[in-house]
Amino acid sequence: MPQVALTVNGKQHTVEVENRTLLVELLREKLGLTGTHVGCDTSQCGACVVHVDGVSAKSCTMLALQADGTSVLTIEGLAAADGTLHPMQEMFREHHALQCGFCTPGMVMSAIDLVNSHPQGMTEKQIREGLEGNLCRCTGYHNIVKAIAAAWPLMHGKAAAAE
Amino acid sequence: MPFEGIGASVRRKEDVRFLSGRGNYTDDINRPGQLYAFIRRSDRPHAKINGIDTVAAAKAPGVVAVYTGADMAADNIGGLPCGWQIHNKDGSPMAEPPHPVIAVGKVRHVGDPVVVVVAETKQAAKDAAELVVIDYQDLPGVASLRDAIAPGAALVHDDVPGNICYDWHIGDKVVVDAAFAGAAKVVKLDLTNNRLIPNAMEPRAAVGEFDGHSGDYTLYTTSQNPHVIRLLMGAFVLHIPENKLRVVAPDVGGGFGSKIYHYAEEAIVTWAAGKLRRPVKWTAERNESFMSDAHGRDHDSTAEMALDASGNFLALRISTLANMGGYLSTFAPCIPTYLYATLLAGVYKTPVIYCEVKAVFTNTVPVDAYRGAGRPEAAFLLERLVDACAYDTKMDRVAIRRQNFIPSDAFPYQTPVALQYDSGNYQATLDACLEAADYAGFEARRSAAAAKGKLRGIGVSTYLEACGIAPSAVVGSLGARAGLYEVANIKVHPTGSVTVYTGTHSHGQGHETTLAQLVCEQLGVPLGQVDVVHGDTGKIPFGMGTYGSRSLAVGGTAMVKAMDKIIAKGKKIAAHLMEASVDDIEFKDNKFTVAGTDKEKSLTDISLAAYVPHNYPIEELEPGLDETAFYDPKNFTFPGGCHIAEVEIDKDTGIVEVVNFVAVDDVGRVINPMIVEGQVQGGVAQGIGQALLEHAVYDDSGQLLSGSMMDYTMPRADDLPNITVGTEITLCTHNPLGVKGCGEVGAIGSPPAIINALVDALKGYGVRHIEMPATPQKLWAIIQGGTPRMAAE
Repeated sequence: MPQVALTVNGKQHTVEVENRTLLVELLREKLGLTGTHVGCDTSQCGACVVHVDGVSAKSCTMLALQADGTSVLTIEGLAAADGTLHPMQEMFREHHALQCGFCTPGMVMSAIDLVNSHPQGMTEKQIREGLEGNLCRCTGYHNIVKAIAAAWPLMHGKAAAAE
Repeated sequence: MPFEGIGASVRRKEDVRFLSGRGNYTDDINRPGQLYAFIRRSDRPHAKINGIDTVAAAKAPGVVAVYTGADMAADNIGGLPCGWQIHNKDGSPMAEPPHPVIAVGKVRHVGDPVVVVVAETKQAAKDAAELVVIDYQDLPGVASLRDAIAPGAALVHDDVPGNICYDWHIGDKVVVDAAFAGAAKVVKLDLTNNRLIPNAMEPRAAVGEFDGHSGDYTLYTTSQNPHVIRLLMGAFVLHIPENKLRVVAPDVGGGFGSKIYHYAEEAIVTWAAGKLRRPVKWTAERNESFMSDAHGRDHDSTAEMALDASGNFLALRISTLANMGGYLSTFAPCIPTYLYATLLAGVYKTPVIYCEVKAVFTNTVPVDAYRGAGRPEAAFLLERLVDACAYDTKMDRVAIRRQNFIPSDAFPYQTPVALQYDSGNYQATLDACLEAADYAGFEARRSAAAAKGKLRGIGVSTYLEACGIAPSAVVGSLGARAGLYEVANIKVHPTGSVTVYTGTHSHGQGHETTLAQLVCEQLGVPLGQVDVVHGDTGKIPFGMGTYGSRSLAVGGTAMVKAMDKIIAKGKKIAAHLMEASVDDIEFKDNKFTVAGTDKEKSLTDISLAAYVPHNYPIEELEPGLDETAFYDPKNFTFPGGCHIAEVEIDKDTGIVEVVNFVAVDDVGRVINPMIVEGQVQGGVAQGIGQALLEHAVYDDSGQLLSGSMMDYTMPRADDLPNITVGTEITLCTHNPLGVKGCGEVGAIGSPPAIINALVDALKGYGVRHIEMPATPQKLWAIIQGGTPRMAAE
């Protein structure tokens, strides 16, 4: 079986996989990182979003072999070593942006990439459109949108709220 | 200590776990030596199985076993039971055909399990399942209600004539018909409640395990009610005594009703684990969720209101067809009867009501409770009909509601359809909602929108629902095969921390926080020292689970009763330690005091003395501070309120934007306002989804056309507005917390508000009703002059 060598949450791994093994299967089944979820089979729901080399990717739509040589960040690797939450995690908690928690890991990883890629600020419309690839069945998105808007100034080191 | 009791918007205890990827969902659980099951499902709506060839699959690499319905029959495995029996108009029981775990002889819907392949890996099981050859002989199928009851229709079950599961009614038809005969005006509306697919984000999963040493079985499953699953599966399906069967429902990623029922896969993995002496895991792919999770709604109704010349409601007459699908799911029969027809009085003082319901088998996935369960169907019908009354009589939509409201001084109020409402104030929720939505300023906004080429409308819905299922004796008399009380076991540990064991289950509702707040309030223990344990029959005495917004009203009340017992026992211990009379001991803010003295003992002093006593009245009082209480509610609770939607339709495309949505609900006392707001917003999102986007579509033969998230429109962030939530509270009068329930109000009140707003936006086009989902295509056709399905009568 082919091997894939990658860094996950800062740790090097070399793993044997089938050609057809998906990145999410590698994370969940080979590395035991079950924080990344599978919610659909058509790349619609975004529960499986992780960062590959700093950019969000649906890990159910990527072969493990395609991640060879990359650095992957999952929800488990987001908080600081001392347990301090990432500002996006903290704002999700503060604004009650999660209920059952199943879409949450993918939602948080997508949201971080969204904020990172909008250094000039974000409107509510941009946030809502930016979440097109992530489904949540519990919250109606209202509080997720609020949490992302609140995380933007924290992540960009600005005191002012997002425009 | 910050205030963490009743009324505090404390942040949720469970969130850090979920936000850090440390949730423990069923598919995250892997047991040593675990095998994987894959289920080959019927791709036919209706077919005879002439034969199944499993030889090649059994020989495929990694395959351990291949099972069919015949293997289960050989082991004497029972069918999936139904938990509610409805009786026909003539008193005879409903038709209750067998529901085999794995299909035997015939398949009755796309998704019906036919073959189970168990293998060393998920991929090996899936690969081998493709090698199974099933010799089907297709039969004509029926999917729609009208087709299924047509003369000569194909029979889903050979021994169920006309596909009628039951023909039930409530109310006095003679009296109602007489009222119609004498009415000044009759308003009639035909309407459909569209079929929905719940789509909790976590697909269902199950892991079965058998311990060869003890003979014990464990099932990990995505369930809202593990004790119910243990009872049904143990007693009726696998015949495993309850002392040998533990059911664990760990973190569950959303339920909305769809994870109440006992499903085939739970029995399959448990049975296979016993046969193979190895753990067996099954996890649904999303396409399996679409074709095997119970669907929701799917009613066709004719509704008529009789009015006097002044617009007073005189009588209501309803005839409903309700789709049951191919088999009876666990609670299916009660949804279109006791959770629907009994709600048809709504918030109105309509003096007489008659409703008849025919439940119909079709070649579709079984239909059961989905968020709201019967009450959304009742609210949609009634709130659409009331708007049609205003339309036909040219009365104001708000005025006709006010005029017919049950007045706030009329409680307790006995409706003509069995229920007795304990409290409510419908004027207050309406007024608050009109104010928050700036209803008075709407016409100016309509004109401004018109100037931009947009059709703007506003819609009001004043709904009511029933929660806190249920008074056991009442539901027993209505056909429930189990009582529906709730249980709480509360342990105050020796050093004063507390564990709550509740029979309810949290799958997004935030019980680990809300229920802990009840302990803060009553025992004065800080939130950080209270743990809430749910979802494990090995730890919790018993419980009926979470659905019907019952957890606080029923489960919370059981907790209050258990804590009352703890305080009563603590007083006895305190009296002994402080050498006082029990009658002189008071408990407040975590302290037992002797009235009129400065003597006090903390709860921790008492709990330590209770467990490791030096000085304890052990002859009179057992050690420990650990109490269990049961609560069987006296009545349902009746949340209600007002939802107002404001919409804009793009004339060129028919695309709808919900520009404002306000909900003002009476959910009884609020424990955590932040969580209540989130529950209402989530419910409204599902209601807007039903009104505008979602539809389970079958072709005429029963082939599922909307079988993936690419075909079934789930609401996304940019489909939905911000949702403003308010509350106007009247307390429930028959539980000590005064709580009513908030989990479903959003999904119940919102669909008619949206459709009422769309009809208002299109009032220049002669439209009286629009069926859900109100897609851009439907609206565009109306704007282009197409004939809407229901023209004015």
